Amino acid sequence: MSELLIKSIFQENLALSFFLGMCTFLAVSKRVDTAVGLGLAVIVVQAITVPVNYLIFNLLLIEGAWAWAGLPDIDLTFLKLVSFIGVIAAMVQILEMTLDRFAPRLYRALGIFLPLITVNCAILGGSLFMVERHYDFEQSVVYGIGSGVGWALAIIIFAAIRERLKYSDMPKGVEGLASAFIVTGLMSLGFSAFSLVTP
Amino acid sequence: MSLKHHLISPLIGNNPVTLQILGICSALAVTTTLSTAITMSVALTVVLCLSGGVISLMRHHIPPSIRLIIQITIVASIVIVIDQFMQAFMFEMSKRLSIFVGLIVTNCLVLGRAEAFAMRNPVLPSVLDGLGNGLGYSLILLIVGALREFLGTGGLMGVPLVSTVAEGGWFEPLGLMQLAPSAFFILGLLVWLVRVLRPEQVEQPEFRLKAAEDRRP
Repeated sequence: MSELLIKSIFQENLALSFFLGMCTFLAVSKRVDTAVGLGLAVIVVQAITVPVNYLIFNLLLIEGAWAWAGLPDIDLTFLKLVSFIGVIAAMVQILEMTLDRFAPRLYRALGIFLPLITVNCAILGGSLFMVERHYDFEQSVVYGIGSGVGWALAIIIFAAIRERLKYSDMPKGVEGLASAFIVTGLMSLGFSAFSLVTP
Repeated sequence: MSLKHHLISPLIGNNPVTLQILGICSALAVTTTLSTAITMSVALTVVLCLSGGVISLMRHHIPPSIRLIIQITIVASIVIVIDQFMQAFMFEMSKRLSIFVGLIVTNCLVLGRAEAFAMRNPVLPSVLDGLGNGLGYSLILLIVGALREFLGTGGLMGVPLVSTVAEGGWFEPLGLMQLAPSAFFILGLLVWLVRVLRPEQVEQPEFRLKAAEDRRP
């Protein structure tokens, strides 16, 4: 389990080795405090949606899931994209309402980022990887937490670097997007060194 | 705004990847070889055209408050069809593209064009806008894919073009090109190139440095 946790945070970092959630990663990394807020929201949503999607997939969609109802031939796996997106949208909505009720300060701090998480491909990607790699329930809980933490870690580090980059004098054309890509590339190179880490 | 404009402008002038920063996840992930890049480009262009057309057809009937959910559901249904098609007829390729065909659902390019264009325009311009943006995206994917495969393996589409050191030739394949970081580097350099050629695309910095100001009169 700890092996899977370390692997999903560092070696198989969703942002830096699978390029998931890149649009948000580039757009919401200009300041460290917003990056921290978004990172926390992603950890929470990821840790909830991956296990929930595991249950939905294995109890409702997989071939033979309806055998108890006398329908052993039904294979609904083609519905996984629609149902995963539905679960993610619903989870984000529930999380939003819960935070609004019980932690209004955190809710206001996260602001627009919570609804945006619905279309963050890191979240859907995590659930799809869970299906593709045939994780069991325990593994999917660990993978959900680990991949969320990994993504949050990447965006917070990147935002911190970017805050400093504002003060650097770069050639015309490199500043902004081009430098952001190259810095992310260097970070990804750094994270690939974690493949030597074994728990 | 002529119809041709919708098709041509997203190619370089208003490119979805290098200027609008949309659809970057898949642009980076599937470009290790040219063949995966081509397949992904075709899949995304088809989804963009179809979703643009369908959403534009329904635009007067979609209530504004739940439009995102409806748009996502439409896109997801189209992607499911493409995904099933690829699993049926191109099984090897769909295994290599892994989850990235499914991830077209959350590709911000598809939703971005649906929200920004198809919701407010008639069907024909919406389909053309989808096609244009799909081609602009494909252009970037093909350049990055071709560079990464050629420098990383010394061939294109799996066909060796130069003889590598392992086969007694002179070309030493750059292993880095097949790994994740090189995609960021190549796309970064590409954005730089486009912005040198088209200086109007450079985003305005939040503030100017004093030292830089002095040097640039």
